[in-house]
Amino acid sequence: MAEGTVSETGLWWPFVVMIAGAAATYVWRALGVALSGRIDPEGPVFDWIACIAYALLAGLIARMILQPSGLLAEVALGQRVVAAAIAVAAFWLLRRSVMLGVAAGATALVGLVLLSGGLR
Amino acid sequence: MAKPTTKPHAGEDFGTGRRAALVGARRALGTPSIVLGASFIGFGALVQQVGLNLWHALFSTATGWALPGQVALVELYALGTPLLAIALAVGLTNARLLPMAITLLPIVRAPGIPRIFYYLAAHLIAVTGWIAAMRDCPRLPVPQRLPYFVGFAGALWGVTLVATALGYALAGAVPREVTLGLVFINPIYFMLLLLADLRGRSRILAAVFGAFLGPLSYLVVPDWSLLLTGVTAGTLGFAIGRVRRERMRSRHG
Repeated sequence: MAEGTVSETGLWWPFVVMIAGAAATYVWRALGVALSGRIDPEGPVFDWIACIAYALLAGLIARMILQPSGLLAEVALGQRVVAAAIAVAAFWLLRRSVMLGVAAGATALVGLVLLSGGLR
Repeated sequence: MAKPTTKPHAGEDFGTGRRAALVGARRALGTPSIVLGASFIGFGALVQQVGLNLWHALFSTATGWALPGQVALVELYALGTPLLAIALAVGLTNARLLPMAITLLPIVRAPGIPRIFYYLAAHLIAVTGWIAAMRDCPRLPVPQRLPYFVGFAGALWGVTLVATALGYALAGAVPREVTLGLVFINPIYFMLLLLADLRGRSRILAAVFGAFLGPLSYLVVPDWSLLLTGVTAGTLGFAIGRVRRERMRSRHG
């Protein structure tokens, strides 16, 4: 049931997707309330769940940097990778500050693109 | 950040639940709001840039309110991924909320609060508010803990709605190069959070495997790539971490 590009889809379908996403999110919160006190959050099952969430998130990040859609896809791969590397370097050099690392990475990408003549 | 107290583990008492909620809200409006606000500005820009409208952006932040899942949803939606694959990927991305809720509840639970309140407050559970509550609530009188958490996380929720709208508006108004920077905020933010948070061999392995498998599997099975990545790389990292731990134990035990 691939829906094609966003512009072809209706106004309401995105809301349906978001309600499904919100339900898939809230179910964990509610389940946590229901199960608290009856299950050990340090046990192996939760370690496994955390591993899956970390792996999925790492996969998403790698895809957004290496195989982005939309606007980011108009930037050369090398520029995206260099900007990401600058963010990591700034994070380590500036006392592991996530905020400064993000600022450095985003600024670096804009700077690299402007230096190479801007977006088409 | 909490105000530094003279004694590191000194108890706090704000008198009433209402005042505890106000203090929580005021603390949330400091550093936590700046960091989270920036990333939701990035989210708003992302939504604008894939062609959805402002109400979609606000609806996602209001109902989902867990940024990694929201970003995954918009990315997958823009690629035309089937609904089931999107819902499952969002669910797995946000599965970390389960242990968070389980550990928070015993701390904020107080006699006389109806059960439904916990289920309502649970919607506000997300990383930033959870960390603050786990740190601050144990030092409060029991009846003030849930109000403090709701004040803190509720204020953050409001800030992120404003930030989402701001990011959406900015993305349509500033030069495309600047929008590019805004859209780049979230992958970078998550990447650094992951670097800052990673503890334990299994989680590090899971993340490394995931970073490789994500782009590779996308070339083969684009719609189901994230799910496949999460389950495969996550289970592999978990299993290797377990085996190594067992081995260490048998060697030293």
